[in-house]
Amino acid sequence: MMTFILRRAGSLVLLLFAVSFITFTLFQLGPSDPAAAACGQECTPERVSEARVALGMDQPFFLQYFDYVRGLFSSRMIGAPGAQTLCEWPCLGKSFQTNENVADIIARSLPYTFSMAIGALVLWTITGVGLGLMAALRKGSPVDKFIVGAASVGVSLPIPVTGLFLLLLFVNQLHLLPFTTNEINSPFGPQGPGAWVANYLLPWIALAVLFSASYIRVTRTNMIETFGEDFIRTARAKGLAPRTVTFKHGVRAGITPVVTMLGMDIGLLLGGAVLTEQIFSVPGLGFTAVHAAISGDLPVTMAITMLAAFFVIVANVAVDLAYAAIDPRVRLQ
Amino acid sequence: MTQLHTSAPTAGATATDAFLEVRNLSVKFPTDDGLVSAVNGMDFTLERGQTLGIVGESGSGKSVTSQALMGLLKGTSAQVTGQAMFQGKDLVTLPESAMRQLRGRNIGMIFQDPLSALHPFYTVGHQIAEAYLVHNKASKKQARAAAVDMLGRVGIPSPEQRYDEYPHHFSGGMRQRAMIAMALICEPELLIADEPTTALDVTVQAQILDLMSELQEETNSALILITHDLGVVAEVCDDVLVMYGGQCVESGPVDEIFYDTQHPYTLGLLNSMPTLSTAAGELNPIPGQPPSLLDLPKGCIFSARCQYAELVGEGKCAKERPELTVEAGHGKRCHLSGPQIITIRTSR
Repeated sequence: MMTFILRRAGSLVLLLFAVSFITFTLFQLGPSDPAAAACGQECTPERVSEARVALGMDQPFFLQYFDYVRGLFSSRMIGAPGAQTLCEWPCLGKSFQTNENVADIIARSLPYTFSMAIGALVLWTITGVGLGLMAALRKGSPVDKFIVGAASVGVSLPIPVTGLFLLLLFVNQLHLLPFTTNEINSPFGPQGPGAWVANYLLPWIALAVLFSASYIRVTRTNMIETFGEDFIRTARAKGLAPRTVTFKHGVRAGITPVVTMLGMDIGLLLGGAVLTEQIFSVPGLGFTAVHAAISGDLPVTMAITMLAAFFVIVANVAVDLAYAAIDPRVRLQ
Repeated sequence: MTQLHTSAPTAGATATDAFLEVRNLSVKFPTDDGLVSAVNGMDFTLERGQTLGIVGESGSGKSVTSQALMGLLKGTSAQVTGQAMFQGKDLVTLPESAMRQLRGRNIGMIFQDPLSALHPFYTVGHQIAEAYLVHNKASKKQARAAAVDMLGRVGIPSPEQRYDEYPHHFSGGMRQRAMIAMALICEPELLIADEPTTALDVTVQAQILDLMSELQEETNSALILITHDLGVVAEVCDDVLVMYGGQCVESGPVDEIFYDTQHPYTLGLLNSMPTLSTAAGELNPIPGQPPSLLDLPKGCIFSARCQYAELVGEGKCAKERPELTVEAGHGKRCHLSGPQIITIRTSR
């Protein structure tokens, strides 16, 4: 198991290098000129080249990339010669737009993204698996048909539609919930967990409607298949209670595909739910990434891209570990 | 001696002293194409310490019969009718909650493929102990001790260590031994074994059969052995019931079935068994296909494949379904007369 984790950690580092290099290259090839953007509207060619030197973009490509990577391992000096400032480890560069440390920007955005992801995840896992199981247990009944129908509707509703509808209904019309504020990004803040839940409930529901639909379908299909297995018949033939047969013998065996999906989705969501964060004005990673990409802010875009890749890979390792915990036939190697 | 006899389907038949008495048991499954008649009016009785073999080809209703007795069809769309009196209770009408008390404790079941019948995620020992715990007021420690003891009794070496291993660590034969341990841990009076040796190597089959016979003798339980293998029947059964198209076509003591065969289908089964002297390419299958259970023929269910139907004459076999007639404990469902059958047997 330790060997497995170490090996995966090794491939994680290699992959992060690849992701950073590709993003870096794409940025160089792109049409945007961060120096011109940083210098502003009325700009003389001299001031553009000054800005280019200040951003370090006058250096050869490989030197720029090398400098960037160096910052991942130690603090480094950054900026134009003579006007250099210290960028402390972990140095992900400074924003071309605000000259702020990128690490600080990430640290500020991350709690918002976490807040949104965690609640949504819990909500859609419970509803998705719960309804999927209920449908599987009552296969062919009106309950089953209703759940499957609702899932089809849910999966075809885009986030902007559900999001705006929820805002209109609960905030504008019924005044049941406050409009999302940037002041709350943790259940442990001064406003307390209640305010945290109220603040993120609508984005959670919007995400859960979209995600739980596929969880319902995967759970239902797999549970129906599992309930038809021989070992379920054996469990019944032993005289076990229906609850034990369903949960201990059925769900544990039928749930593995859901674990895979969950791992993938957690990884993706932690990289930033771009649309949802936009609609609910949550300044998380997705929100920040979109603005950085539009304004050609390379260091911020790079950092968020790498972080997203990091989350996806870590989630994959977590899925493998969960598989090994659930299924004794799985050997980690 | 187990008695296999017929009785006209009488309404409100009363319980007798028989250990297990099945009367007019029928199972139908509604499907999109219509009603599938999997079992049609089965009758048999079984006493403690006796072994009944139920023989037939795939789709003849053997397994469905066993599942109906186990109550495993309750809660499904299957329509089970008739009567199956066991210890004064009718297994057909018994509610699921009461049936659950019998399952595992009074009636144990062994399935065909031990790999798929054991849960892959739990240790073998845990699965056996679980069966013990559900029917006994016992601590986990006591259940473990009982399961280890049972694993030893079914001939699994070093049971204390094997307890904590998973089914995929076991060989096929060891898995089936574990299945037997699970079915017998509560010492049920009735054991139903559904093709217990079909998925096993030939060398292991005999061991498993011996083990089952041994344990049955120890506990004086009754055994229903479902199989398509007449060799297995000859080895362990006291009585045989031959099924075709969901009906019993012939029943009686094992020697009579083998040496005084009364039904052309049973003859066909015996004849299709290859022996060491059978030359390559000289198998003797029964020609034709089993009848569709969606639309059973009006006459004898076997008539379409029977080569001797013309001996009866006047198309009687295709028009009129024969009753199960019993003579000295040997039942047959055939229009052919005794002398005709003897002629057929001796002419082969």
